Amino acid sequence: MTENGSKIKKNEWPLWEVFYQPKDGKPFEHAGSVHAPDAEMALQNARDTYARRNEGINIWVVPADKIVASTPEDRGPFFDPANDKIYRHPQFYSVPRASKKRK
Amino acid sequence: MSTLDQKPTTRDEVLFEYLVRLADDRLILGQRLSEWCGHGPELEEDLALANIALDMIGHAGALYTYAAEIEGQGRDEDDLAYFRDDIDFKNLQMLEQPIGDFGYTIARQFLFSVYSYLLYSELKKAEDEQFSGMADKHLKEIRYHLRHSREWVLRLGDGTEESHRRIQDAFDDLWMYTGEMFDMDEVDRMAVEHGFGADLKQLREEWKKNVSEVIEEATLKVPRDDQYMASGGRTGFHTEHLGHMLAQMQFLRRSYPDAEWT
Repeated sequence: MTENGSKIKKNEWPLWEVFYQPKDGKPFEHAGSVHAPDAEMALQNARDTYARRNEGINIWVVPADKIVASTPEDRGPFFDPANDKIYRHPQFYSVPRASKKRK
Repeated sequence: MSTLDQKPTTRDEVLFEYLVRLADDRLILGQRLSEWCGHGPELEEDLALANIALDMIGHAGALYTYAAEIEGQGRDEDDLAYFRDDIDFKNLQMLEQPIGDFGYTIARQFLFSVYSYLLYSELKKAEDEQFSGMADKHLKEIRYHLRHSREWVLRLGDGTEESHRRIQDAFDDLWMYTGEMFDMDEVDRMAVEHGFGADLKQLREEWKKNVSEVIEEATLKVPRDDQYMASGGRTGFHTEHLGHMLAQMQFLRRSYPDAEWT
């Protein structure tokens, strides 16, 4: 915070996380992040940084501070229990060959 | 063909000259923009300016290649870009001016992008398949240049006191170079007659309207039109800045004409 109450920290623009969709119907994937003063510029910066070599057809930009993330401490309670519950994985079914080929 | 040579008369000679003018505009501004590489105000903007620079140099390359083909003298795009002197360059004087500050670069990019957008919207209807196809393809990129520079004009104009002052100064300084964009000379008139040129006078009103809307939305003042307007770029008259820039741009190619990327 500066003296006049401006929310701009130092001279740094806010951070935005960038997601792109490689093709129609495909899920968005995380590409990286950019700095930008606002949403429109974030979108343009994301395009220039991550999507100018045909990587995708759509972009999302999300203010990084709006993302709620799990913490390293969550790793135990969140993810460890999955390791000893193999029945949660569907590898006990035999998959017909014909449907395996289909992608 | 140099400025001091004969004026173009046949369709192909006019088309060659017309393509070279368009290409020169884009090469010179692209080269200017590339000076920002590594000096942008933020990493992201550095990339954005370099992207626009590359787009413009790409457009110039395509135009030169086609011009050389039309000319049929065995020259190629590099010959046209690197082995002509300043008097042979036909770019608008506005585009050769030094990059100035970020506001100046953005203001110029905006003024030129609106012009390019309107011009190419006409050129994509040209009665020359290759030329019109090229214009249509490049128009998509131009639309992006326009969007990027427009957004920055709004933010700088309606930003801090300093950014407002700087971009207003930039528009004030650049305005005297805007008249030249709409000058119609013999080549332009012949290009229109042959069906591949745009009537620049007709673009002016639309350009002024589009530019003024954004400038005013950015809380800036549109400079006055009743002032001295520079011209001469289209006939090879340039400001002192072009020669210095070409010296830097052409030095390597001229010193090592046979050098190749390995």
